[in-house]
Amino acid sequence: MLKSIALWVEQRLHIAKLFQSTAGHKVPPSTNSWFYVFGSGTLLCFVLQIMTGTLLAFVYVPSASQAWTSLQYLNNEQFLGWFLRAMHNWGSIFMVAIMSAHLVQTFLFGAYKYPRELTWVSGCVLFLCTLGMAFTGQILRFDQDAYWGLGIGASIMGRVPFAGANLVHLMLGGPIIAAQTLSRFFSLHVFIVPGLIIALLSLHLRLVLTKGINEYPQAGRTVRKDSYEAEYEEIIQKTGIPLVPNVIGKDLVFSAMLMIAIVTCALVFGPMGPSGPPDPTLIHTAPKPDFYFLPIFAVLALLPPYMETFLLLVAPVVGISIFVLLPFYSGTGEKSYRRRPIAVVVVLLAFLTAGLLAYSGTYAPWSPHMEAWSREVTPAVYLKRRSPLELQGAILVQSKQCRNCHALGGEGGLRGPALDTVATRLTSDQLVRQVIQGSGNMPAYAKNLRPAEVTALVAFLETLRPTYQPAARDANTHSADKR
Amino acid sequence: MSEMNSDCGCKKASTQDKAREPISRRNLMFKIGAGLNVIAGALVGVPLLGYVLSAFSRVPNNSWVTLGRLIEFPEGETRLAVYRNPVSQAWDGDTAEIPCWVRRIEGDSVQVFAINCTHLGCPVRWFKESRLFMCPCHGGAFYEDGSHASGPPPRGLFEYKTKVEGGELKVLGGHLPTLAEPFSTEQS
Repeated sequence: MLKSIALWVEQRLHIAKLFQSTAGHKVPPSTNSWFYVFGSGTLLCFVLQIMTGTLLAFVYVPSASQAWTSLQYLNNEQFLGWFLRAMHNWGSIFMVAIMSAHLVQTFLFGAYKYPRELTWVSGCVLFLCTLGMAFTGQILRFDQDAYWGLGIGASIMGRVPFAGANLVHLMLGGPIIAAQTLSRFFSLHVFIVPGLIIALLSLHLRLVLTKGINEYPQAGRTVRKDSYEAEYEEIIQKTGIPLVPNVIGKDLVFSAMLMIAIVTCALVFGPMGPSGPPDPTLIHTAPKPDFYFLPIFAVLALLPPYMETFLLLVAPVVGISIFVLLPFYSGTGEKSYRRRPIAVVVVLLAFLTAGLLAYSGTYAPWSPHMEAWSREVTPAVYLKRRSPLELQGAILVQSKQCRNCHALGGEGGLRGPALDTVATRLTSDQLVRQVIQGSGNMPAYAKNLRPAEVTALVAFLETLRPTYQPAARDANTHSADKR
Repeated sequence: MSEMNSDCGCKKASTQDKAREPISRRNLMFKIGAGLNVIAGALVGVPLLGYVLSAFSRVPNNSWVTLGRLIEFPEGETRLAVYRNPVSQAWDGDTAEIPCWVRRIEGDSVQVFAINCTHLGCPVRWFKESRLFMCPCHGGAFYEDGSHASGPPPRGLFEYKTKVEGGELKVLGGHLPTLAEPFSTEQS
């Protein structure tokens, strides 16, 4: 009975034939490796994201006036709403991470080379789409960070020559961040970009079937356009093994571990945000993007202003082109990373750069500490045995917000140099000049300090040096003394 | 299409002319069909594109909004004021309330600055003790008159056009100021 049902279904759907040409297709035995699990891992994350995202849309309200409240409802009232939000958030983090691993693996294994150029190109666009999902998703978490994140996006758009104002208008769906902005980002996040991803993913998987998965590269076995496809065909004919069931085992183990990891993170760390409501009048906020965009956030602070607009607009285009077009200028030759030192260095440098930028982005040394002036204590050692004038200066360091940018005793802003040993570096004349005129990144305080205040401030700053180190001396005065 | 052709080729292998005639008729139909679809597609596509790209062409719709009575802003001080975005929708929620910094110098002489830093749009904060605006994002700082003091911002704060009418302070507002479209160049 069961057999006849199975046969009936098979006669209608030709499942056996479908299986042979897809899941059961033959792959080189060398691909039965732990390095080949990241593609299926990324796919798993995507499926999870679709599932949790669709369910979140049951409750989420894509309206500027109610999105934030509906997120609070999801977090606190909807049964397991917090868990779904956490799953969606951690799913996205894992998706970006595993996709990056997939990208690095295919890059280092030369998988982008002839004849898999389009697999690489579609993969690159999928990567960009995924980052697009991360950004638009962050906007849907319609909180303070989302609101000001849109402001940052609009400000970057506004730097485009000629069409800048129009592009800002197009991005925001109007002249200002408001209801229509959220609605269009909702459409992008839920319909347009996922649709694009599904289309590209179909192409990507279709290419894996037509051009075959990249064999595990061996140093010295180079890719030549005239012979590669015959060589690959020979591997498949002589030693090929079916993906299912022979190779899929490692993918299954990895996918299960991945799911467990996402669930664990969701359970342990819970959902992210929303932070404060998207009320622009609540200006006591320090907007910061989600993890993936911290390197960009950091770059925007560290670039010299004169090259900022140029690099903001040109560097992404050039960078992405170099990345996407890789198989067209490096499509043959060595595949193994053992014979491609530059590729290895590029990966290491990319990770080092992104990591360091993200690290500095998390604690943002360039940002003034807005509350330091009224919150941080003045170390007692700097106040002992000081004259009333010097103590008055110590008060001015606090009350004139110097500490928002200058640390004292390790507390305070990092934008300017710490003041603990400033007297060993600057003479009193130099201190006066620096305070009054400013320079570099320091504003001039001439208008904001009375002469008596400058005297007191500098008197205090002159005491800031260790007892074992002499104060800075004016070279001219010093040499004149000797004579 | 190609399968049909080969079918015809093997079944009626007699003369090429006979085989060609129905094909060319089909070709004609294909061409008409494709042409019709191009026209129909344009009929669908052009309005869709127009709908989406309507946001690309912007209409200057700034208008004068009241920040409050001038006497609410003491001379020599800089204070936060809030106005309702003149182009707001009912479902804007909190986002319709736009903050700005009002600096009343003396008498009717007033400067009103956008909250948005000229670097990347973050909200600048006023520190009256050091008479500076500071930005929390990338450390830009501005003097009390809005001019650039330090940090990455490429220019001073965006300044609204202002007027005092019947004791009320008004600004010309309605769009997010960016480097491409600061308030000062707006004609309305």
